[in-house]
Amino acid sequence: MNRFLSSSILLILFTFGCGGSGDDKIVIDFWTLGAEGEYILELIPAFEKENPGIEVNVQQIPWTAAQEKLITAVASDNTPDLCQLGNTWIPQFVALNSLEILDEYVSSSDQIKKENYFDGIWSTNIIENKLYGIPWYIDTRVLFYRTDVLAEAGLNHPPQTWEELYDVSKKIKEIPGKKDKYAIYLPANEWASFVIFGLQAGSTILKNNNRYGNFSGSKFKKAFEFLVKFHKQGLAPIGISQVTNVYQAFKDEYFAMYISGPWNINEFKKWMTEDLKDKWMTAPLPGPDENTQGVSLAGGSSLVMFNNSEKKIETWKFIEFLSRPSIQLNFYKLVNSLPAVKDAWNDSTLAGDKYIHAFYKQFHHVAATPKIPEWERIVFSKLQQYAEFAVRGTMTTDEALKALDEDVNNILEKRRWLLENE
Amino acid sequence: MRIRYSAPYLFLTPALTAIFVFFFIPVIAAFVISFTDFDIYAINNFGTARFIGFDNYKALINDQLFWTSLKNTFYFVIAAGPLSIAISLGAAILLSSKLVRLKPLFRLTYFLPVVTTLVAVAIVWRFIYHPRFGILNYFLEFFGINPIDWLGDPNWAMPAIILMAVWKNFGYNMIIFIAGLQNIPEDLYEAATIDGANGWQKFKKITLPMLAPTTLFISIITMIGFFQLFAEPYVMTQGGPLNSTLSIVQYMYQEGFRWWNMGYSAAIAFVLFLIIFTGTLIQFKLQKSPEA
Amino acid sequence: MLSKKVILYFILITGGIITLAPFVWMLSASFMYDGHANVYPPRFIPDIFTLTQYEVLFQRLDIGKNFINSLFLSITVTAVSLFFNSMAGFAFAKYRFKGKNKLFNLLLSSMIIPAQVTMLPLFLMLKSVGLINTYMAVIIPGMANIFGIFLIRQYVLSIPDSLIESAKIDGASDFRIYRSIILPLAMPILVTLAIFTFMGTWNDFLWPLIALTDNSMYTMPVALANLMGEHSKDPELMMAGSVVTIIPVIIVFLALQKYYIKGIMMGSVKG
Repeated sequence: MNRFLSSSILLILFTFGCGGSGDDKIVIDFWTLGAEGEYILELIPAFEKENPGIEVNVQQIPWTAAQEKLITAVASDNTPDLCQLGNTWIPQFVALNSLEILDEYVSSSDQIKKENYFDGIWSTNIIENKLYGIPWYIDTRVLFYRTDVLAEAGLNHPPQTWEELYDVSKKIKEIPGKKDKYAIYLPANEWASFVIFGLQAGSTILKNNNRYGNFSGSKFKKAFEFLVKFHKQGLAPIGISQVTNVYQAFKDEYFAMYISGPWNINEFKKWMTEDLKDKWMTAPLPGPDENTQGVSLAGGSSLVMFNNSEKKIETWKFIEFLSRPSIQLNFYKLVNSLPAVKDAWNDSTLAGDKYIHAFYKQFHHVAATPKIPEWERIVFSKLQQYAEFAVRGTMTTDEALKALDEDVNNILEKRRWLLENE
Repeated sequence: MRIRYSAPYLFLTPALTAIFVFFFIPVIAAFVISFTDFDIYAINNFGTARFIGFDNYKALINDQLFWTSLKNTFYFVIAAGPLSIAISLGAAILLSSKLVRLKPLFRLTYFLPVVTTLVAVAIVWRFIYHPRFGILNYFLEFFGINPIDWLGDPNWAMPAIILMAVWKNFGYNMIIFIAGLQNIPEDLYEAATIDGANGWQKFKKITLPMLAPTTLFISIITMIGFFQLFAEPYVMTQGGPLNSTLSIVQYMYQEGFRWWNMGYSAAIAFVLFLIIFTGTLIQFKLQKSPEA
Repeated sequence: MLSKKVILYFILITGGIITLAPFVWMLSASFMYDGHANVYPPRFIPDIFTLTQYEVLFQRLDIGKNFINSLFLSITVTAVSLFFNSMAGFAFAKYRFKGKNKLFNLLLSSMIIPAQVTMLPLFLMLKSVGLINTYMAVIIPGMANIFGIFLIRQYVLSIPDSLIESAKIDGASDFRIYRSIILPLAMPILVTLAIFTFMGTWNDFLWPLIALTDNSMYTMPVALANLMGEHSKDPELMMAGSVVTIIPVIIVFLALQKYYIKGIMMGSVKG
């Protein structure tokens, strides 16, 4: 027993003994999500050289456990100074009252200005007229399509409208030998497509200041029925298990169109080789009619500062550094994350990539999803579920949307109660 | 001789205090929380948590995802439980044979997966299941079976998890069975041999009945353990694809620590408790009724 | 008779190979260069032997820190819980006091409550006293456990009362009896329990995942799962991480396996 105790004590001393670093530099703790953390390390020396008194300490958090880790950190007051956040997560952290409001920092900054960013993206960082995050890198969803298959179906450009999308899908299905294949992949477990088409139809998704679900409203219903039609008529695969590998399926012409984000460009490039190399393209999303450009989702990651940070000036300095066009461009070259700052897009690496061009165009037409903490739960655990019911025919679209609204209203009950008791 | 009434209490105090404060109080608290809507807003401000009676439990009945997780967990328990127990018993009987030497070596080998860290072996198994480079598909190819995307296909993901769980756990029960077998008097078998019984008859008439208490114990601990399935899917599939490996504990974790619906999450935990409790009772009943 | 023996050995050896194959693959892939495990057909022996993966782990990813965390936490929890459990087990075995049986049965029957039930309130409790993301958050819930008390009580019951009586007559205090008679005699079961606790703490995943937020505080399994989020495409590195994670438990097991297996058998005698 004594040996146990003494070795424990030794270990305690050892563990706590090697903690201190000794010099009096200011250390900024910066948490990143996913692979970014590894590459950001390459950009930091330049910043530390410019600011000899500051050191940046990067900690990587895997995407899969990120939300849990971050909220646990907030709940236990162990937040870093600076953090990367998916922009749809910001409302949760605002609800936890943990983010620093950045309006004043921006108004006195020469570097970071609203005009430098795409409007739709910038606005995802504003909650109740206060700015909580600076866009770091951005993403949205566009149409990935097979040029050869569409041409075979008689369309030499990407579909511009819903109608054209539907017509070309029908024609693809009619191509001889395509009976067991599909025109488009619209899986029910990717909620984004349903929300995008809802937004395009002019739905607000939620209503009364996000107090109630608005899924059975006529606008969302129109979009929802439009998408379900593809499944009902065999233009899109119903089951998701049929497509275990999206890239393989796209290569095999199992489907010819897919709505997805920039993270897939390189994967598709990897799979579409040799004679298939020039048989695919990206395009901005079709719109509801000829005169309306189709909107997509304003996605991406923002940089947020936690309000209990004691190094706010230094942290802001680092945010400004990461927002320089040249640094944004370097970052793109390292990880292929699309830069948030518009100036960086003038460079030939981006302007010269034909697959990225569609994204550039689409970023001018992006909209934010409702900015409430319940949002992610609504789409992940409810919208996807009822979309699958409707697609499989377990429920009619009316039943599914009505049930969805009921569930969503239940989720939002707390929000309503809080708003009334404010 | 002095009588020291206080002594047992002094000895008990540290352990019981720890168990009371860090186990019983949380259990009671979880029970209370399960009747509230404790959520992300309440973390920031406890005052916003409200008592909502049985609403969480009622909501569970209509919660599709909960039923999915329940179905998956039962699938796992019902498939992996008997399978692992059967393999444990088989291994135990082989290792109790008088013909076998090097018993300790075999025992050690079979037991190794039990002691190793689950997260670490899950990583290896993820790679064993790799559709292109994994050894499992490599071996199956010898039998003319096409590559299977074990963890990517909703129909195969749960079988893959079951296979790994059986590999990981059978050694533990095997040891208990070996102990049980050692307690069966040798003369029972000798008498049976004289009566002309063959191996299978001996197994059915002597081994199985004599092992009944051991089997009951094993069934219960295996069931309790398997109902708490979490780390395997967490590391290997994250509950996917298509929620086909989402277990109750994982759903509870998700609701509690991803969406921060702690009230709801606590309700799930108690439903799990009730299921395990009922399962234990049923097994006791099943075990007792044939003899009564 | 010979053929029966051959079949028996065939089954046992095949079973052994299947059981060990994952470990062999883990070990061998951990000595490969990046991408060398991603080949078809799979390789069981590295074509070129290298320690790069271990260098990356310890130098760039600083996994040594997590290793020390795990070691420190496992040893501390083991020491504390052994002390607490043995005192309680002794009291339950050798004293008569009011409500003893009721208390003991209450403890035993509560073993059926899954630990997950307690996680949320425990998290909130520890958060309210500021202990989340400290080592204490992992140590506290492991300080005592019912199974341990049960195991020790069963063993101590078999120690003859006469030894205790004669010590009392010699004027030994209760604590002295505990320390000088019970503990030495109960050493086998203490070792058993120590292995159980050490391994349980070392392998635990869910609670440290929740209770510790800083990378530098992570235990090995949590750090490993964390790594997997980022390096799932580097199987060689992940395998090296797995090897480092399981080596201590395998060493402890191989060194003390007799006690461990005896413990399992004892725990099962009277469930």
